[in-house]
Amino acid sequence: MRGVLRAVFAAGAFGAAIGLVPAAVVAQAPAKPQAQAGAQASPQAAPTPWAGIGRPATPNEIKAWDIDVRADFKGLPPGSGSADKGMEVWEAKCASCHGTFGESNEVFTPVVGGTTKADIETGRVANLTRPDYPQRTTLMKLSQVSTLWDYINRAMPWNAPKSLTVEEVYAVTAYILNLGDIVPADFVLSDKNIAEVQQRLTNRHGKAFFEPLWSVASKPDVQGDACMKNCATQADIRSILPDFARDAHGNLAAQNRVVGPVRGANTTEPPIRSLADADAVRVAARATVVGAGASAPSVSVAPKLASAAGAATGDEGGKAPAALAVEANCMACHGVDNRAVGPSFREVADKYRGTPGSGALLAGRIKNGGQGVWGQIPMPANATIPEDSIRRIVGWILDGAP
Amino acid sequence: MTDHKPIPGRIQKAPENFLSPEKMAEARRARRMFMGKALAMGAGATAATVSGAARADDPAIVNLPAHTTGLGQPVAARGYGAPSQWERNLQRRESPGLTRVSAASVSFAPLQGLFGIITPNGLHFERHHQGWWDIDPSQHRLMINGLVKQARVFTMDDLMRLPSVSRIHFIECGANTGMEWGNVAVPTVQYTHGMLSCCEYTGVLLSTLLEMVGADTKKGRYLLAEGADGSSMTRTIPLANALDDVMVAWAMNGEMLRPENGYPLRLVVPGVQGVSWVKYLRRIEVGDKPYDAKDEVLHYVDLMPDGTHRQYTSLQEVKSVITSPSGGQVLLDKGFYNVTGLAWSGRGRIKRVDVSADGGRNWRQARLENPVLPKALTRFNIDWVWDGSPTVLQSRAVDETGHVQPRLNQLRAVRGTRSIYHNNGIQSWKVAESGEVFNVQLN
Repeated sequence: MRGVLRAVFAAGAFGAAIGLVPAAVVAQAPAKPQAQAGAQASPQAAPTPWAGIGRPATPNEIKAWDIDVRADFKGLPPGSGSADKGMEVWEAKCASCHGTFGESNEVFTPVVGGTTKADIETGRVANLTRPDYPQRTTLMKLSQVSTLWDYINRAMPWNAPKSLTVEEVYAVTAYILNLGDIVPADFVLSDKNIAEVQQRLTNRHGKAFFEPLWSVASKPDVQGDACMKNCATQADIRSILPDFARDAHGNLAAQNRVVGPVRGANTTEPPIRSLADADAVRVAARATVVGAGASAPSVSVAPKLASAAGAATGDEGGKAPAALAVEANCMACHGVDNRAVGPSFREVADKYRGTPGSGALLAGRIKNGGQGVWGQIPMPANATIPEDSIRRIVGWILDGAP
Repeated sequence: MTDHKPIPGRIQKAPENFLSPEKMAEARRARRMFMGKALAMGAGATAATVSGAARADDPAIVNLPAHTTGLGQPVAARGYGAPSQWERNLQRRESPGLTRVSAASVSFAPLQGLFGIITPNGLHFERHHQGWWDIDPSQHRLMINGLVKQARVFTMDDLMRLPSVSRIHFIECGANTGMEWGNVAVPTVQYTHGMLSCCEYTGVLLSTLLEMVGADTKKGRYLLAEGADGSSMTRTIPLANALDDVMVAWAMNGEMLRPENGYPLRLVVPGVQGVSWVKYLRRIEVGDKPYDAKDEVLHYVDLMPDGTHRQYTSLQEVKSVITSPSGGQVLLDKGFYNVTGLAWSGRGRIKRVDVSADGGRNWRQARLENPVLPKALTRFNIDWVWDGSPTVLQSRAVDETGHVQPRLNQLRAVRGTRSIYHNNGIQSWKVAESGEVFNVQLN
């Protein structure tokens, strides 16, 4: 490697004079344009011509981004928070997605549940050995309390990450641990006692570093069979999609190309009986790109000119409000007809239709959040949705979400 | 037809204007009669076929279509082109019911309709934890800190000046095919295997950057890669990988990264599951211990039958799948087909792909298309004549380390059925007598 570097610098005065630094060309092998860094690197190696690119980071910049917390708690900021305070923060900012008791809802996986006091002693979660246990909650899997702190701090709440204070992160972490009976209700979690809490985590012994899937050079744990002829195999089918699931992923005729050796199956109909029905398959496939009726003649159409490439900024004015609602993740908690985490849009329309000022009221709810009108689960604020989109979504909802 | 007296056996240059006006008129009449006779013969052709039945003329041929008799679109009608309208069935799609929120979800690439080894950028699969953004590249920064001589910050302008490399690599989500650990769950190869794509990435080697900051490669053993999106996703990267083939990339398939795939900067960790390929890369930290990020402790851990979780399982092992004929497609006729598919391994090059057309009893070696590259998709093709009887198609890859792709029941015997991640089992497609193909699992 150093030889390469020497050769590069000795390559010729002409090349150097016009600034060219020739490099070996190696197809797809790691072609290192420089001497390989490593324990053997000589401190006397000449600086590369690109060494001055970039600039030192300032201490504040590093502080702004260096937020990770390791398992040994390196990086954990000093501070504390009580489980009581955690409950307040939870109700205000977390319960809408994760449930009052960490049980979550149909949308997100439960945070709490499935662990017992016995697990605290053993450090292994007994329910993980049960193949019939339906859920694996956060506390069932958590082996490092630092991970919980780090993740809440960097990524939560989901739609407003990095908005919690250090005290709030300690508090919410304490609250979650209390819900799992790992710390008592009056516990105050801090950087001083977090290492002791680690020793009470229910799955602290439940993880194993698996070397064969970490480094390329290791031996795999499952080797296949290279048999080529008359192999011992039981070719009976043990699993196939049930009939009622035939259309669960949409019409497969509309998910395959309409030219070539095959077509997509028309899953809006039961499977065809025989090859003699191949024409029905062709017809159904063609209908997915031509429109209703396979008898539409095959006409080459000059492509329409694409609309101006305004894709960079998005063209929200042109999008249907229903599409805006999907994009803004309203559907995570609200159905059109069905109550999910929050009321259905139809219920909202029924309640507010005709009431003066309801448009502004609902727009405010979307923007700032709300609680108590339909139940105790709070609606989170949505600060990032543009005003115009909120206005159009509200208009659509009050129209009955057609 | 000339007034000129021909000399037998000699070709002579015709003199200019050698036909008198009368002769030219005669020639035109003769030509019209000839064409008339020829068309009459063609249009009403009753030349017997082998079977003796008349073959009707294809209107697609004899009725000249609009595009053969008209003027088409001008150049640059679309400054950034798009596929034919007839291709619109091929889209990346969500799997209904897999997740409830689309900002923390997956979209699957339509492998059933792709060719070669390169995934078109618009059909590349997506996986987001907190949604995607279209970031202003002038505002994006990369910081490298930790066990380094000097923590540095780079702008995109800085990074794109550095010595650059271009490499072709696959990216596969660790949970690809994860829904099928226990039983068949989805109907097509898009949903069974579609968390998979392959691009030519262009960027700077991470080793170049580490040298620039004076990374301590004696004390440092693990890197943290961190993203600028809402989740600020983090993953531990082994320093050994970082010094080998990890790239900090800004381009995929000849253009800058798409926003859904991390514009303007992402990490490329060849052979390793997609979660490590941090998008919107904002920071690399050099450290001496693993970081135990959420996506290494709570997710992307493999549950074993004894209730423990394997941690730091990163490699995507040897795997292959027939992309056509595949589940949800229909063969329209008996006879010859080109069976095609993809093979890949995070440990290096694909050495061989075997295909079975009888449910795994007998196997034949498939052709591998060039290029066959390490930690990249490889395209295979094999001839197959379908006799119309029901059967099961399978493919099985072997990589250059000698690892043979296992059957699902071999995987389950070791890992159980709740592993979620790293399902690289052999995929079976049942071809029914009707020609319809179904996703099945065999005993």
